[in-house]
Amino acid sequence: MNFTHGKELLELCQTHHMSISQIMFLRETKYLEQDPASVTQKMEHAYTIMKQSIHRALNENLTSMGGMIGGESKKLNALRLSGKNICGSLISKAITYAVGVLEVNASMGLIVAAPTAGSSGVIPGVLCAAQEEYDLEDSLIINSLYTAAAVGYLITRNATTAGAEGGCQAEVGSASAMAAAAITQLMGGSPEQCLDAASFALINILGLVCDPVGGLVEVPCQNRNAMGASNAIISAEIALSGISNVVPVDEAIEIMYNVGRSLPASLRETSLGGTATSISACRSCHRKSS
Amino acid sequence: MNDISIFDIIGPNMIGPSSSHTAGALRIAHLAGKLAPSKILSVTFTLYGSFAWTYKGHGTDRALVGGILGFLPDDERIRDSFEIAAEQGLEYKFIENTVEKDLHPNTVDILLHCEQDTIISLRGESIGGGNALIRRLNGIDISLTGAYPTIIVHHKDQKGVLAYITTVCSGIDLNIAFMKVYRKAKGDSAYAIIEVDSDINPSITSVLKCHEAIIDATIVPAI
Repeated sequence: MNFTHGKELLELCQTHHMSISQIMFLRETKYLEQDPASVTQKMEHAYTIMKQSIHRALNENLTSMGGMIGGESKKLNALRLSGKNICGSLISKAITYAVGVLEVNASMGLIVAAPTAGSSGVIPGVLCAAQEEYDLEDSLIINSLYTAAAVGYLITRNATTAGAEGGCQAEVGSASAMAAAAITQLMGGSPEQCLDAASFALINILGLVCDPVGGLVEVPCQNRNAMGASNAIISAEIALSGISNVVPVDEAIEIMYNVGRSLPASLRETSLGGTATSISACRSCHRKSS
Repeated sequence: MNDISIFDIIGPNMIGPSSSHTAGALRIAHLAGKLAPSKILSVTFTLYGSFAWTYKGHGTDRALVGGILGFLPDDERIRDSFEIAAEQGLEYKFIENTVEKDLHPNTVDILLHCEQDTIISLRGESIGGGNALIRRLNGIDISLTGAYPTIIVHHKDQKGVLAYITTVCSGIDLNIAFMKVYRKAKGDSAYAIIEVDSDINPSITSVLKCHEAIIDATIVPAI
């Protein structure tokens, strides 16, 4: 059982009366011949690492290697706990957790690159916030990670998740699309709605450049993970409302790829353009000047 | 294109901050450490391109030392690898080369000084997503990824050596997935890189070394 495009994936869901996560699990175990028990165990382990990374960010003093970030998730958490947050409980939590994972990443802690290290905050941010807000079992969240993986697979198969190739839209954009599909499934959305949410998320972030200050995964990557998390939730809500999507996910992926390739090299992780050229930001970074 | 697994997407599990500058760098050094024939006493890393400019902020230096120590990309000891190296008596040094431009942007040369006065030199590239490629070994251009269990056979380029190697492999029921031979010049020093599908019985190296043209044989487990 294999698929290479969203259209085929939806047909498989329909034919077998299965969710996207079930089809993705079958692809891994039947088509790629992986042992079902070990696949399940690896996915459980990935979610454990995601939760641990959030816990570390909220409870430890982390200093990034580049010295530009550290302590942001605690500040956001304090604001949320004071009741003065303005995003609403789900999004406030999601962005708090997303920036926290980036702190762990930037301080040489353990994270799950999902799909990349630079975008590793989006999926844990959205899914851990959803788990707490809706009091969901671990098994449901882990199940939704297969749906996230299906979307990430379609993007990797047909486009790219590398910032050097496609800009931030390919990293945080892809993570956002993956998280959007996952939370749509968690909230009872159909397979079509999951892929619609992914498409909305990709199109919303279309064109975002990759411009890390000092070449490091700190600024503006951390805040963009927060943005990617909120975009995932927004996109899921749009899809769940039944608003129709005129750009199927397969087209959205191709469009994202084409936009990525038409970005100048200075805006694709070379730190020669965008925020990387901010004189003030560069001054705050430990990196030796080039 | 290789088939993409779920855990290529939700993963790898890794020590941050960068798959190319941290996890990929570690992988290169990990492979280098496996190629050492005896205890490594000191190591010199020469960093090129983006590695040379950003290695401190990406912890590339700590990842490289961690790789030599045999850590895997998700080992939480990577952050403390300098201290662990000091405890184990491993000396290390970093040289920044920002002059050389015609290389892959994430390139590192590794020079290992091992016990019994053995020196190993290699060049590695971090090719993205935490993957690595060893491009050169002791002056010979090769290609080694560490994605499969691998046997590296250092031999003299002469007739019959490869037939001997494949016979030994089939003798212990080892299926060869990929095999490539790289040589300095005709009749000169050469490497056969044999990637196989299953774990390799360590006894194969002594059998291989029975051939008069085979100088050395090393097993590198998949990482």
